[in-house]
Amino acid sequence: MPVEIDVDRVARLARLELTPEEKERLRLQLGLILEHAAKVGEAAADDVPPTAYAIARANVFRPDVPEPSLTHEAALSNAPEAEEGRFKVPRIVETGS
Amino acid sequence: MSEWETVIGLECHVELDTRTKMFCGCPNEFGAEPNTHVCPVCLGHPGSLPVPNEEAIRRIVKIGLALGSEIAPRSLFHRKNYFYPDMPKNYQISQFDLPICVGGHLEVELPDGTTSRVGITRVHMEEDTGKTTHGSASGRIHDADSALIDYNRAGVPLVECVSEPDMRSPEEAAAYLRELRATLEALDVSDVRMEEGSLRCDANISVRPSGSDALGTKVEIKNMNSIRSLERALHFERERQVAALEAGESIVQETRHWDEDAGATKSMRSKEEAFDYRYFPEPDIPPLAPASGWIEEIRGTLPELPRARRARYESDMGLRPEVARVLVANRASTDLFERTVAIGAEPKAVANWVTQDLAGLLNEAGTDARDSRVAPEHVADLIRLVADGTISGAGAKQVLEEVLETGDEVEMIVDRRSLRQVSDEGALGEIVDMVIAEQPEAVEKLRAGKQELIGFLVGQVMKSSGGSANPKLARELLLERLS
Repeated sequence: MPVEIDVDRVARLARLELTPEEKERLRLQLGLILEHAAKVGEAAADDVPPTAYAIARANVFRPDVPEPSLTHEAALSNAPEAEEGRFKVPRIVETGS
Repeated sequence: MSEWETVIGLECHVELDTRTKMFCGCPNEFGAEPNTHVCPVCLGHPGSLPVPNEEAIRRIVKIGLALGSEIAPRSLFHRKNYFYPDMPKNYQISQFDLPICVGGHLEVELPDGTTSRVGITRVHMEEDTGKTTHGSASGRIHDADSALIDYNRAGVPLVECVSEPDMRSPEEAAAYLRELRATLEALDVSDVRMEEGSLRCDANISVRPSGSDALGTKVEIKNMNSIRSLERALHFERERQVAALEAGESIVQETRHWDEDAGATKSMRSKEEAFDYRYFPEPDIPPLAPASGWIEEIRGTLPELPRARRARYESDMGLRPEVARVLVANRASTDLFERTVAIGAEPKAVANWVTQDLAGLLNEAGTDARDSRVAPEHVADLIRLVADGTISGAGAKQVLEEVLETGDEVEMIVDRRSLRQVSDEGALGEIVDMVIAEQPEAVEKLRAGKQELIGFLVGQVMKSSGGSANPKLARELLLERLS
């Protein structure tokens, strides 16, 4: 039984515009994924603490030593548009973030 | 205003001046050519792996210890998701429910000399965002159909320090920010330049009827680029809220933008729905679990903090509290003071020069104290030359002005400007005799008991000598001849 999911909300958060057919298809697919994930919760006994990490490591650091950056050209090479050495993006709608 | 109580909390962001960024080895440097300090990690390229900068973690622990926070035995980085092109990943690596530093407080000294204790909620580690220019850099700001982005700042280590809503006036909030800035500067973790954005501050403010325990609806204010702006913005906002409530209106919970030129806060008219940042643990970065031995080692590196320093200046050096407060407010003044005293100058005299004449000149010139050319030897020489009568107080100020411009040695400037006072009795005596001959009327009245005319005659001697006479000696010689 797929878990119910609010597809409209998820689509809004992801800034996706979906047709009713796409919504229905994704509602089922995402529901199945969540159902699968819920099974992990059932399988884990009380002696397994929740975790976000697969391996038990901590304090993985790097020293504060500079390393070469990309060249300016390489940095901008994937930009759909660039101007004056900067990435050019569509007008930003104020979101107050 | 007394019927209303103001409640203020501050969120401050501090860029650490580590050599490299938070999660990659790109240089952390202000003012470079756009997009020259970027790499796959800070550009958010797929498959790149962020690794925390150990020095940045060490510094936030240091900040936490200085603020009396508990250093969490285990803390996590989270992804804060949002759509805004200033972060190329579409999320910012930040911390959420498990920050590194929890709790703490800052003792704040208010302008009237009283102190208050402002609680610290949390201090957490995150990364700064890129810099956006609306419209093309060559103009077209209005109705711009595009924005330009420089990611040099994206990924710079950023510490966020959140206070409790413990402040009750704009002045107290300003004092808190000053104390926080001085503390961070003493800790040597950031260059805390508000005008360059390495220290930034947002404020939450609400008002409530005096005596009420319930909090009023709060408003968040952004875009204050100096401590003075913070104070002005809070004054404006307090009055705006009180006026609205007294007119029977209600306060809308919103973010408002401080407009420095207009001297007003303006609604940003945004977020109809609250943001959903969908925080989740950053899977690429294992948890932080600082060992207690490491924390104690860092504690051992804590310098004398501003509060302790003020107390020492007052008790050991006899400085007045307001002088100590001004002196300790920035590290450049403190360092200059300490180093000048260390080469033998008298503390009170040094404090006066540093907090008054020098501070005034720097302020006029708009120069940051850290960029000033004034060295301890300059201050010590000025004090010595004034004390032994070689130059006048006014002359010393002229010398200081020139030191600021050229950095030349004090005696060199004194000679170049002919500021050496005539303290030779013979030479000065001639000028005194001349003035007495030229001012028979004043001399007469003085002899008849009008003592205040001595000032006038000293002034005439100064004038005749082209300002080079030692006024103390001139006065003595005049009295000697006229009594």
